[in-house]
Amino acid sequence: MLQYIVKRLIYAVPVALAVSVICFSLVQIAPGDPLAVVLPADASQEIIDQTKARYGLDKPLVTQYFLWLGNALTGDFGISIATGRSVSAEIASAIGYSLGLAIFATLIALVVGLTFGLVAGYNIGKPIDKIASAVAISGVSVPSYWLGVVLVVIFSVHLGWLPAMGAGINEDAGLSERLSFMVLPSIALAAMPAGIVTRSVRALVADVLTKEFVNALRAKGLSEFQIFIHVTRNAAPTALTVIGVQLGYLMAGSILVETVFSWPGTGLLLNNAILTRDIPVLQGTTLVLALVFVLLNLVVDITQPLLDPRIKRT
Amino acid sequence: MNTPVLNVRDLVVEFKTEDGAVTAVNKVGIQLGQGEVLGLIGESGSGKSVTLRALLRLLPERKSSISGIVEVDGRNVLEMSDKELRAYRGGETSMIFQEPATAFDPVYTVGFQISESIRNHLGASRAEARARALELLKLVGIPSPETRLDNYPHEMSGGMRQRAMIALALASSPKLLLADEPTTALDATVQIQVILLLRELQRDLRMGVIFVTHDIGVAAEISDQVAVMYAGRIVENGKARDVLKTPHHPYTEGLLSSTVHGAKKGETIDAIPGMPPNLADMPPGCAFAPRCRYATEICHQEKPELETGANGRRVACFHALEVA
Ligand SMILES: Nc1ncnc2c1ncn2[C@@H]1O[C@H](COP(=O)(O)OP(=O)(O)O)[C@@H](O)[C@H]1O
Ligand SMILES: [Mg+2]
Repeated sequence: MLQYIVKRLIYAVPVALAVSVICFSLVQIAPGDPLAVVLPADASQEIIDQTKARYGLDKPLVTQYFLWLGNALTGDFGISIATGRSVSAEIASAIGYSLGLAIFATLIALVVGLTFGLVAGYNIGKPIDKIASAVAISGVSVPSYWLGVVLVVIFSVHLGWLPAMGAGINEDAGLSERLSFMVLPSIALAAMPAGIVTRSVRALVADVLTKEFVNALRAKGLSEFQIFIHVTRNAAPTALTVIGVQLGYLMAGSILVETVFSWPGTGLLLNNAILTRDIPVLQGTTLVLALVFVLLNLVVDITQPLLDPRIKRT
Repeated sequence: MNTPVLNVRDLVVEFKTEDGAVTAVNKVGIQLGQGEVLGLIGESGSGKSVTLRALLRLLPERKSSISGIVEVDGRNVLEMSDKELRAYRGGETSMIFQEPATAFDPVYTVGFQISESIRNHLGASRAEARARALELLKLVGIPSPETRLDNYPHEMSGGMRQRAMIALALASSPKLLLADEPTTALDATVQIQVILLLRELQRDLRMGVIFVTHDIGVAAEISDQVAVMYAGRIVENGKARDVLKTPHHPYTEGLLSSTVHGAKKGETIDAIPGMPPNLADMPPGCAFAPRCRYATEICHQEKPELETGANGRRVACFHALEVA
């Protein structure tokens, strides 16, 4: 097992390198001149050259990449062109918020998706299955930012129950107050993964229920609840993979929701960086997010054999 | 015959399908004494598995209906409450499935799955259940049982899994064991070992056994009495020696001649011309008439009843005496 983990970590290195090349070059391809934001339109050539040199933009691209990568390995992603602050510091602060939001949203997706999926899977073809499946499909199809706006209109504007934006960071904010800021963005973010989890758990459960061993469990006198535990336990390994992948998507895919709610996470950071062509921030943030994604997949791969004895990892 | 452990009368199982209701088991009657083995034979699709499952009420509740009387040890299974049914399943009556590969839950160890039944039925603690599970694995002849307890099903060979399935079935000393083609999925040599094991355990523990097989040789080997099923009905039933030596039903005769004429063990029976009827579209008379060389006018018009003759021999055929 340990051997397997080490092997997987080594395999992850080329993936991470490829990701870094893509992150670096994507930003280069993007249109727009990053210096246009920080320099006045009539800046002299001398000032332009000086600024370029300051950000290392005067060197050839390949050199720029290796310099960037070398620094990135030590945790230094340079300075933000727009704010002049250290990119690492910006990412470090943002990633905590995004992770918090993503975990909260994943928990919601997990509870809702498992419940709906189990109910639907146990009742294939009955009205309750059709309702659960319809809800799941709407969860997958509704755009999250639109859902975010609708939630704000209902729960913040009309009912005034929950805050509409920000993360509630002031000194005397208690835990429950801080959590209250997470509720609406988490729900907006959770809708799609909840739908996906529902649909996969439904299919998994329906499949497990057709297996002969379910009859065998009944034949030895187990109660329906005990059988339910067996069914859930059989569906768990695949459900875990689905959820792990969704958590990754949530980390990376929250740009729109974070923007709608002004949530100070990586999504908002990216959004602002795109608007201001802030290349160091864009490169640093996409790289960190991509690495989080790779890491999550690794965790899922390592956890799966613990849940499913048929998978051998050596 | 001694006190019956199983008394089935007029057992009817209907399935609700898209083409309407079909009767998969039709007025089946079985009498089985303590420690007696009934060999249930018949072509594939004749209703053997459905009959066994009905005895445990294992059929999908919404899509099927079971009627008649199923008395095990004097109690009617069809009238049991959910709680009584749970105690009965795996308690008085256990089942061994055809495919040991699919009959175990793949994500739990074999030891856990045997212990689970012991804890449920005997109220044993985890440690006690494990000790008893170990005993059972020894009883069914699994080598190094201590390590095997912690094996997952996929870590065992087919024969060993079927032995483990037998151990599971014996968890709370059942009076009645239902074995649905327990050796069909196994290699020939392993088949024989498993059959011998079942025979030995059945004698030692004085269990009543219904042994479903389409292998006449196996049926002859293991059975005290034999019942022959065709299209959901028992068409012939009696002492194994009598039925297999001098069949009175043309269908039984056909089954036997197909093995006599050099069919290999375990091979599907195909010496009888034609196919069994579709349950949704049964002929008005005897279901076997279209394939029967003795059939006359009456066979195509009326259904023969299962008549009891000498020696408790039961046959459903207008021409029984000609066959004999
Ligand atoms: N769940 C079900 N729904 C509808 N028909 C069924 C169902 N289970 C079995 N049958 C039908 O009942 C008949 C008897 O099947 P079975 O008892 O499995 O035969 P066998 O004698 O080979 O064990 C078959 O025609 C089969 O199609
Ligand atoms: Mg069968």
